[in-house]
Amino acid sequence: METLRIFGFGEGGWGLALLMGAGMTLLVSACGLLIGAVIGGLVAWARLSGHRLAGAAGEAYAALFRGLPELLVIYFVYFGSSTLLTTAAFIVGYDGFVGVPSFVAGALAVGVISGSYQAEVFRAAYLAIAKGELEAAVSVGMNRWLMFRRIIAPQVLRFALPGLGNLWQVALKDSSLISVTGLTELMRVSQVGAGSTHQPFAFYLAGLVLYLIMTLVTTRVFDLAEARATRGMRRIAG
Amino acid sequence: MDWGLVATTFWRLMGALPLTLEVWFLSVVLGGLVAAGVTWMRVSGSKPLEILARAYVAVFRGTPLLIQLFIVYYGLASLPAVRHSLFWPILREPFNCGVLALGLCTAGYQAEIFRGALLAVPHGAVEAARACGMSSLLLFRRIIFPIALRHALPAYSTEMISMVKATALVSLITLWDVMSVALKIRNDTLVTYLPLILAGAIYFTVNYILGAAFLSLERRLSPHLRARPS
Repeated sequence: METLRIFGFGEGGWGLALLMGAGMTLLVSACGLLIGAVIGGLVAWARLSGHRLAGAAGEAYAALFRGLPELLVIYFVYFGSSTLLTTAAFIVGYDGFVGVPSFVAGALAVGVISGSYQAEVFRAAYLAIAKGELEAAVSVGMNRWLMFRRIIAPQVLRFALPGLGNLWQVALKDSSLISVTGLTELMRVSQVGAGSTHQPFAFYLAGLVLYLIMTLVTTRVFDLAEARATRGMRRIAG
Repeated sequence: MDWGLVATTFWRLMGALPLTLEVWFLSVVLGGLVAAGVTWMRVSGSKPLEILARAYVAVFRGTPLLIQLFIVYYGLASLPAVRHSLFWPILREPFNCGVLALGLCTAGYQAEIFRGALLAVPHGAVEAARACGMSSLLLFRRIIFPIALRHALPAYSTEMISMVKATALVSLITLWDVMSVALKIRNDTLVTYLPLILAGAIYFTVNYILGAAFLSLERRLSPHLRARPS
């Protein structure tokens, strides 16, 4: 009964807080994934451009952020962006410390990490497009933008979906580390609840279950999206 | 640039590297053993065991390591049943909790790698071995294991590297690994970036060496895939 009250939605219940935390986790992970898609797209473009310097820079970026602990990247982005912003504020005439909201820093950190992996997913997806299709597009006189919009982008998205599904899960799990910056996402709410009720086991277990539900449900969503995106393709297996 | 500060910071961080590597090594070994058991359950052909193995993988791969770590370290310690059990002397130590949580987590990932590698062993090879009368053990040692090992290596090296990165989380359960020493130096000296950059360099170097070692192992184990000398 006592447990029911603690996790309920009534007075002194943590149910709503945990659900809001889960919502915040989804939001910050989704923003991270989107930022990662932009970074990953740019890095993949750099590596595919054939430009030696751009290619090397893209490769270095991907290698660097895959070789660093996620927690370290989160601390670095969190402390680093605040220092940058404070300096910027000083230049425009504001004297004093300006902290970056932990949501922004967290989404940015998850995005920076995710981007290094998404670059590889996008690159592989682009290379999976049949050469003949690109040649055909050029030969019917499509300009580069039209070719990107009609031929490249739809197919890259289709081929990248399975990889992006995996990276969504990774982003969701990495987002728990943002709790160290104080953002009230699910991990942080579990911690606070555990501390104030002196029931760490129950709270972390509740958090774990919510995370599990989120990964299982969203994996299903990605599976459905994949089935829809590939509905016109002949399959070898599955 | 104060090179003296760089040097002292670097050596203090290096002093914490053994603990990081120890947590990494022990949890990877523990994870490998648990994963072998989970994989065996998964391919055993028994429905209940298979479901159990699937559930294990889904839970440990579907939830963040941080919350698993906190369940083991803070959660279990709060249960009177655990405090009065014979496991308490083990679970009391944050080091053991870190190894246990990291090991159980990587077991979920390693089990999937092992399973994929087993599936890659061609059916014909197993049948041929049976046809010439190999016992199960010999079949495993001579046919299944060598083929599966080669298939598992690339994914396994990725998992080993992500485990090095995962050890940074033990800084949150009071262990003095490279990450937490970096944060401590940062707090003490108010030098913003240097400790984090040097810690990053150490982690990156360890991962780089690990990746290179696995790559050379991969090359040594697959001489038949290399181009022939002309």
